[in-house]
Amino acid sequence: MIDNIVDITLLSLIAIHAIAIIRMRSLFAVVMLFGGFSFLSAGLFVVMDAADVAFTEAAVGAGISTVLMLATLALTYTPEEADKEEKAPTHKPWLPLGVVFITGALLIYGTYNLPGFGDPNAPSQLHVAPYYLGKSLSETGVPNVVTAVLASYRGFDTLGEVTVIFTAGIAVLLIIGGRRRVKPNIEKNGGDHEA
Amino acid sequence: MKHNLILRVVSKFLIPLIILFALYVQFHGDFGPGGGFQAGVIFSAAIILYGLVFGVDKAKRVITPYILRLLASLGVLIYAGTGVATILLGGNFLQYGVLASSQLAGQHVGILVIELGVGITVMSVMLIIFFTFAERGQAVLNSKAESERE
Repeated sequence: MIDNIVDITLLSLIAIHAIAIIRMRSLFAVVMLFGGFSFLSAGLFVVMDAADVAFTEAAVGAGISTVLMLATLALTYTPEEADKEEKAPTHKPWLPLGVVFITGALLIYGTYNLPGFGDPNAPSQLHVAPYYLGKSLSETGVPNVVTAVLASYRGFDTLGEVTVIFTAGIAVLLIIGGRRRVKPNIEKNGGDHEA
Repeated sequence: MKHNLILRVVSKFLIPLIILFALYVQFHGDFGPGGGFQAGVIFSAAIILYGLVFGVDKAKRVITPYILRLLASLGVLIYAGTGVATILLGGNFLQYGVLASSQLAGQHVGILVIELGVGITVMSVMLIIFFTFAERGQAVLNSKAESERE
């Protein structure tokens, strides 16, 4: 009973956030709402007993990515145009609206064939999950199954993930790092130096 | 960001706690929720909070970008090096059992070490990205001011 109330509250708040994000024109407010959206999703994961995923969602989704989006806003707008308003749409929204509605309807139709949430007979629960749940403590000595799978059984995948993060850092350094000078108005000011 | 007294006081109080929590998440990941990824992000969040409140230049004095680049590579090296070490000790790549006397002890050592590698890399890459964005913004502002002077 209390689970249902919490679920409904969280999902309605997420829906309200989503609608507000669509309606808002101020990019700063949108970034803040994105953070709230992620944080509510983290709450939903906690209700679903996925504490590790909730942890990551709260730290990365609500924390770091909000900071990075704010940093991007600060980079792409100069202080003079500080209102940071999204441009008004120039065309009618009927085509994208139709695409979204049809895709949404197909996805909802697809959920009718999915097994129920937490169904022990769902195919995904019958593959390797019983082995991990049954054997991970005796084979790795780690009580947290998520850590056992992530670090031990799937250690090679995690090495790949760490390499992906490392590559992302290198890419950011290569694209916008370094000490080169930035000339935003090179076309306008180019003639002044000769004159 | 000069006169935010409340922000300064509260974050001075919070930052040590955040770092402590990050270390707890890092080394308690085998028993509770968490692990290297989450710990790295929380640790970098503490430094980013410091940078946002006290200025990026002061945050860079805490961990310089040069050290961050070394740490980012070091984390991946620790992880992949554990795999190579297990090969040299006669096992397969990342087969932790050979790291210690028994299978369980080896698993414990291996998981702790690779989680440390994950945490170091995630922490330093997040900070590298944040510092790079901040530096770039500073460069754009400076060159704007310069072109206005000309």
